[in-house]
Amino acid sequence: MGFLDREHSVAGPGWSRWLVPPAALAVHLSIGQIYAYSVFNKPLSRLISGDVKAEAGAPGDWSLFQVGLIFSVALFFLGASSALFGKWVEREGPRKTMFASALLFCGGFLVAALGVRLHLLWLVLLGNGVIGGIGLGLGYISPVSTLIKWFPDRPGLATGMAIMGFGGGALIGSPLGTALMSRFIGDGTLGVGSTFLIMGAVYFLFMVFGAFMVRVPAEGWVPAGYVPKVNAAGGMISNHNVLVDQAFRTPQFWLLFAVLFLNVTAGIGVLGQASVMIQEMFSDKVLGAGNGVTAAAAAGFVGLLSIFNMAGRFFWSSTSDRLGRKPTYMIFFALGAVLYFLIPQFGNMASLVLFVAGFCVILSMYGGGFATVPAYLRDLFGTANVGAIHGRLLLAWSAAAIVGPTLVNGFRDSQIKAGVPAAQAYSTVMYIMAGLLIVGFLANLLIRPVASRYWASAPAGQGSPAGQSAADD
Amino acid sequence: MTHRTQAEQTSPLTYLAWLVPGIPLVWGVWQTLIKVAQLFQG
Repeated sequence: MGFLDREHSVAGPGWSRWLVPPAALAVHLSIGQIYAYSVFNKPLSRLISGDVKAEAGAPGDWSLFQVGLIFSVALFFLGASSALFGKWVEREGPRKTMFASALLFCGGFLVAALGVRLHLLWLVLLGNGVIGGIGLGLGYISPVSTLIKWFPDRPGLATGMAIMGFGGGALIGSPLGTALMSRFIGDGTLGVGSTFLIMGAVYFLFMVFGAFMVRVPAEGWVPAGYVPKVNAAGGMISNHNVLVDQAFRTPQFWLLFAVLFLNVTAGIGVLGQASVMIQEMFSDKVLGAGNGVTAAAAAGFVGLLSIFNMAGRFFWSSTSDRLGRKPTYMIFFALGAVLYFLIPQFGNMASLVLFVAGFCVILSMYGGGFATVPAYLRDLFGTANVGAIHGRLLLAWSAAAIVGPTLVNGFRDSQIKAGVPAAQAYSTVMYIMAGLLIVGFLANLLIRPVASRYWASAPAGQGSPAGQSAADD
Repeated sequence: MTHRTQAEQTSPLTYLAWLVPGIPLVWGVWQTLIKVAQLFQG
């Protein structure tokens, strides 16, 4: 398996760096399928009854709560594996990591297909949740440091192109899953088992394409005409590397952890509740009989948010190359807080257009936060170990994935129990989100360049088998 | 240390490589836009 080793993936002379982003995009588009996992929830909860349209399942059918655990477990293992295996990813290089990710993510589908066929929930959880989740974590961080090394002049653009794929994966995974289940509806598992097998095979080919295409730059390589910025952006862009374990001890790491956690918390809860929220805030009661938002229109709203989530990853991340990382997050938090404050007013005004536009901007900044953070880490901690440090930072995502939906759902339920009409039940949540974003603004404001005592004393060869990055020469 | 540099080379291979993720992504965006249209029709 020498082909997978880092030394066999070093680019030869003449290899275009523009071949690397599509490789990364292929991997991220595949693993981004997890965001569309909810299309399987209803069929998975009706496997015994065999009627996906039935209001309730037959005795022995899994509940929607049980099935919903699969997504949560997968996201937990995404965060845990990216934190645990970050150093391994840096050492072994992107090709071996992408291949391992393909084996795990797609192998997870095969295990889950068996679980569906035998109707064993633990086997589906093991397949899509645990094995697939570890594949998600490896796949998510595998191309990040490689892209930053290929694009030292535009790290935001480079990581934005890849991480855009993770947002875009749902746009493919959702219609693909629905179409395959319709095609194989008579397979005894409402089409889910066959869909898992086909998706496992198709995504494997797609991800292996990425592993085959990816290259690491030769030592000392720099783009033509590139001059490293030394202490640019008010000293925020460092030309020194910090080792992973040292980065963990810096206040900058934990401030950035808070920045990512708060930005994700504010977006993820809304994303999960978007369909119900728009139907409740713009119901027939609010807009008049026959004018309320239908379930089909709400699905369109969710689709629109997914497009802005994806596009924001590319737009904001590439914009941060010009604006600087810190000012970009200032915009996320300041504009986000203002919009969250205004959303209830848009609801009171019964202005669907302003409501939809406001959330589209919010979701673009949610995606932008994910895509800009690797370049922020590169600026602060150097290029050599950015993949491993990024892996640890993603624990903030796992934490936010629990806190965000709990906040939104919890406050909505408590408001409704207190007798607040459904249309106004989200106001408190929106003000809390605005408050969280103000805290995030302050955390970002406190980020300063990393102190020299944390710099690696002998950078070459420490934590970076590929050697020193171009930016540090 | 000697730095090797190279131009921003684009070749037919580069365009082909972009088509692999590009085609399914465009298909996914199109499928989503069909759903989005219902939001504004409703």
